[in-house]
Amino acid sequence: MNKIISVDKLSENVVRLEIEAPRIAKKRKAGHFVIVKLGLKGERIPLTISSSNPEKGTITLIIQKVGVTSHKISILKAGDEITDVVGPLGQATHVEKIGTVLCAGGGVGTAPLLPIVEAMKKAGNRVITVLAARNKELIILEKEIREYSDEVIIMTDDGSYGKQGLVTQGMEEIIQREKVDKSIIIGPAIMMKFGSMLTKKYNIPTEASLNAIMVDGTGMCGACRVSVGGVTKFVCVDGPEFNAHDVNFDELLMRLGGFKEEEYKAYQSYLEGLKKETV
Amino acid sequence: MENIAEYLKQERGQEWREELRKSMKPKERLSKDRVQMIEEDSFLRAQSHIEVNRGITVQMAVEEAKRCLDCPDPTCIQGCPVSINIPKFIKYVEKQDFALAARTLKETNALPAVCGRVCPQEKQCEASCFYTIKLKKIPVAIGHLERFVADWERNSGKMYIPEVAPSNGIKVAIIGSGPSGLAAAGDLVKLGYSVSVFEALHEPGGVLKYGIPEFRLPNEIVDVEIENLKKMGVEFITNFIVGKTATIEDLKAEGYQAFFAGSGAGLPNFMNIPGENANGIMSSNEYLTRVNLMNAAHDDYDTPVLFGKKVAVIGGGNTAMDSVRTAKRLGAERAMIIYRRTLEEMPARVEEVKHAQQEGIEFLNLNSPIEYFADKNGRVNRMRLQKMELGEPDDSGRRRPVPIEGSEYDLEADLVVVSVGVSPNPLIPASLPGLKMSRWGTIIVDDKEMQSSIPELFAGGDIVRGGATVILAMGDGRNAAAGIHRYLQNKNKK
Repeated sequence: MNKIISVDKLSENVVRLEIEAPRIAKKRKAGHFVIVKLGLKGERIPLTISSSNPEKGTITLIIQKVGVTSHKISILKAGDEITDVVGPLGQATHVEKIGTVLCAGGGVGTAPLLPIVEAMKKAGNRVITVLAARNKELIILEKEIREYSDEVIIMTDDGSYGKQGLVTQGMEEIIQREKVDKSIIIGPAIMMKFGSMLTKKYNIPTEASLNAIMVDGTGMCGACRVSVGGVTKFVCVDGPEFNAHDVNFDELLMRLGGFKEEEYKAYQSYLEGLKKETV
Repeated sequence: MENIAEYLKQERGQEWREELRKSMKPKERLSKDRVQMIEEDSFLRAQSHIEVNRGITVQMAVEEAKRCLDCPDPTCIQGCPVSINIPKFIKYVEKQDFALAARTLKETNALPAVCGRVCPQEKQCEASCFYTIKLKKIPVAIGHLERFVADWERNSGKMYIPEVAPSNGIKVAIIGSGPSGLAAAGDLVKLGYSVSVFEALHEPGGVLKYGIPEFRLPNEIVDVEIENLKKMGVEFITNFIVGKTATIEDLKAEGYQAFFAGSGAGLPNFMNIPGENANGIMSSNEYLTRVNLMNAAHDDYDTPVLFGKKVAVIGGGNTAMDSVRTAKRLGAERAMIIYRRTLEEMPARVEEVKHAQQEGIEFLNLNSPIEYFADKNGRVNRMRLQKMELGEPDDSGRRRPVPIEGSEYDLEADLVVVSVGVSPNPLIPASLPGLKMSRWGTIIVDDKEMQSSIPELFAGGDIVRGGATVILAMGDGRNAAAGIHRYLQNKNKK
């Protein structure tokens, strides 16, 4: 059982939870994730650790409401408990001083990006971050990202905040302006696909952090397999970060839809249940 | 070994055993037929998750126990990886003292109800039974009797908790709560150690929980055995991955003096053929974990599982049988085993194959998939198979399957479960740079005491064997416990 210390809403569908997990807080590095399970009948889902406080023994998770489990987690309150939290999992981000790092976060992808931005900055890099979302309301963690970035560019699809346009436009502007030594892209698979195509065009080494479907998170099941450079890798143990130019994003997109029908039905019936409860 | 022989002789010489032996002529014992396990109707069971084997009755058990000759040289014990005093427990059954029979099992076996269900007795104790080796007759049903005794005890409501030596205060960490870890924990706690079992998943039990289906080993049975270990003082810590949540070095700093790695073979193999990453193609580990551990087939559980009408399971091991029979129970119209050799070479237990056949599982033997095809949503809908023939024997002694050129044909399948073996889980080795590993990724240990190249680390089960059985893992756990005991005694003497 892991107690929730605080909850704050970052946007309509995104919440930030600070939870007690002293051992994970001590061990976790940028790039690591945890598997979370809520309730005896809950499913196991992966969530990136956004930050941690080893002294206090807490980690911070950011969750976007997209289905049954994320919805259930998003309505928890301070003092509630999460049944199971295990980690830290995955390979930590390879952090080194290489010069200028261009980070790009799409939507809730900004959450896993934050610890990497922080680590890259602390390693002595010049960090430029592009945050992108459909509209102003969906831009999250701007203050925290600014703290560790030399420059932040905001892109919104509707122009309600920052510049109007896609994440790739913001990235290309930087790439054309100055030398970029490395790029890190985290967000929806489709955004990472196009971001990665862009940096490939400019020959910039790029990492993407993949958000695959997982069950155990320890390499046991292979639900999270992904093709990288033509070889099957497990996101949970080999990743979550991979050389973006080698990732088969189309396959990732296809595999993310592997349980679409089941998930949709379950979510609809859950929402129906919620409605009945409130009536 | 001398002590053991002496102990067995002493036990056999007890008055009650002698009386029992005299109570019936060997000829009469030999004339009895072996008991038949009661099985659930194959049609009914294929539509539910109820246990296939229903157990045997008291009367059946007592009659079967009479078949055992209580040999002066009980070869059956040598066939048991955890060295159960088999004649002693069977004679207690004959005497109808089932509680003492249960105690006898627990002298050396931490999980009798589990072993009575999933051990391949036909390859172990029963293969070494006097009936088998000397008389060329059908052996005593040792496995059925073990299960009977364990079930009787559990149902009696009065479970015997083995005696535990006074605490010596020495902390030992067991990594993984599968069969090898549980066996090691049971022996070490009896010796007075302070034992903590670290489990990566949210529930203890390892493969007994996530792998073996309800219809073969109900989770409730596993829980009872774990509960008994808790009562003996074993501490279980779930959601803890040694090597990630804390390293072995961290745990040493917390006072743990020895370690047993029983982290299993947690990395499924795939065949790396075109189309294998399509949706609806998954490892048996994933399929079984979703259904067994996560209860995905129940509506009120949140984990989803894919239901297939035409399900193909690739492989011929016990896990393949578990997967295909699970698919049948989840409503598959065709549940098929695709295996590249023939029934004869199949590694699955004969009983499992028989049960599968009874339940209407189709066996496409001498077939191997070479490619998968998917619909526009990426869901598998068809596979290409190649026919095989058997060639010369390979390293395993089994005849090698050879592809027949031009024999390719397509088969419709909307769910494919790949069950072609597992590789050792790399999490522990990856966190211990000095650890000696084999080229297959298994931990190298000495055969007897299961000690690794790091003196305080012992290992057993699939992380050492690369894929074996529950009972061999338990045997490793017991040997490692003895090794750890000796290691710690020597260390603390100095």
